[in-house]
Amino acid sequence: MSASSVKSLTRKELAHKERRLHPLPVRVMHWINAVAIFIMIGSGWKIYNDDVLFGWLHFPDALIIGKWAQHGLQWHFFGMWIFVLNGLAYLSYGIASGRFRQKLLPISLRELFATIGDALRFHLAHDDLTHYNAVQKILYLGVMLIGILIVISGLALWKPVQFSDLASLFGTFQTIRLVHFLCMTAIVGFLAVHIALALLVPQTILAMLTGGPVVKSDAAADAKPTPAR
Amino acid sequence: MFRPERPVDQSVLTGNRKLVDAIDRRNVLRGTLSLGALTLLSGCDVTEEEPVQTFLRAVSAWNDRVQSVIFRPDHLAPTFSPAQVVKPPRFNAYYDVADVKPIDGASWRLELSGRIADKRPWTARQIYDLPQQEIIIRHVCVEGWDYIGQWSGPNLKNFLERVGADLTAKYVYFHCNDDYTESIDMAAALHPQTILATRYANETIADPFGYPLRLRTSTKLGYKNAKWIRAIEVTNTFTETFWSEQGFNWFAGI
Repeated sequence: MSASSVKSLTRKELAHKERRLHPLPVRVMHWINAVAIFIMIGSGWKIYNDDVLFGWLHFPDALIIGKWAQHGLQWHFFGMWIFVLNGLAYLSYGIASGRFRQKLLPISLRELFATIGDALRFHLAHDDLTHYNAVQKILYLGVMLIGILIVISGLALWKPVQFSDLASLFGTFQTIRLVHFLCMTAIVGFLAVHIALALLVPQTILAMLTGGPVVKSDAAADAKPTPAR
Repeated sequence: MFRPERPVDQSVLTGNRKLVDAIDRRNVLRGTLSLGALTLLSGCDVTEEEPVQTFLRAVSAWNDRVQSVIFRPDHLAPTFSPAQVVKPPRFNAYYDVADVKPIDGASWRLELSGRIADKRPWTARQIYDLPQQEIIIRHVCVEGWDYIGQWSGPNLKNFLERVGADLTAKYVYFHCNDDYTESIDMAAALHPQTILATRYANETIADPFGYPLRLRTSTKLGYKNAKWIRAIEVTNTFTETFWSEQGFNWFAGI
């Protein structure tokens, strides 16, 4: 699709005729989430540094947000609102619009092994951005579940007395901290892969800014299981 | 249907009126721009800039209000068995343990001020002779560490009733011998697990931990639990406390 053809259509006509890989709400929420995650990780590392869980691990000052303890806390308890409200909006949208069902399900075991095999042989296909392979599906679903767990464990850390039943599900206070920390580690791991792959296939970054390729507007066609390559 | 029975306590807003008024659109916009710049300049220290601080403190004041809505006045914190108690308790103050100035219990007096009917000062003996309540609760520090402690002393609600304090006032302030000040909202002061602690693990509290009198409440972070108390003030006027002045969250509920 050329840029000129987009220009010749009004926004309303466009909405009727074309549906992009990443509709506008997804793009907006993606980048809001990027900022929120950045704030939460940077300030979380500051909070961690003031009472470390592991003696060998201190986050370098250059990577943390907040000069003193109170500033790290201020950022964290500001960022939490963006992360949680935006996250709730994203999950609601993903479920209500059918996007999660269309893009992330089903995950077939055979496709998973095939994708891993392709990846190991450096044959991973990325000519069709609209189709997520099995590894992508698992990573995206997994990081969403981790995102939910990091909020729940964060709530238990913030209010271990008011939400004492929730806190007791985890065990001791330090266990909650550990779960919260491990969720952060998983998210950082996801980000390393996510950002590295996006840089390797830069049109994915462009797609998250402009909307990406047009997908068939026929919802029924989208709902059909996509053949494995 | 989801409205709280009582309207949201406006005291924090009133107390932070200056801060909240400072959130005009220009400041928020400036804050957002700084935030945007921050995403590009990882590691650059912009958190001390005035507009950013103003904005973050306003968010902190908002979080105070949210926490007072979340607070459940009758919900008890988990309690523990004497076998789990850490002895001695963990020391924490804004200075080193070596710099603690022990208080002479014989000459010490507890002053009362503000919205209290009977302002006669109390001696340590008088306070230690009051009925003692024991709580074995978790101490949670804002830094992340925690320990189980066994505290006993007069229940704060009973004490406030005894001296004829105005229980509808907004705040209870604690002025301390080391120039520390802390304050808690009245709801937390009246919580069943809020005591004026005189003993730890059945022994009179040792000097580093607040002898002769300190606050212990199960519903606040460690720094709200003032040690070496010399005066209690009941008031409707909010003034910043030792840590809130430096940007730590005032409500600090757990």
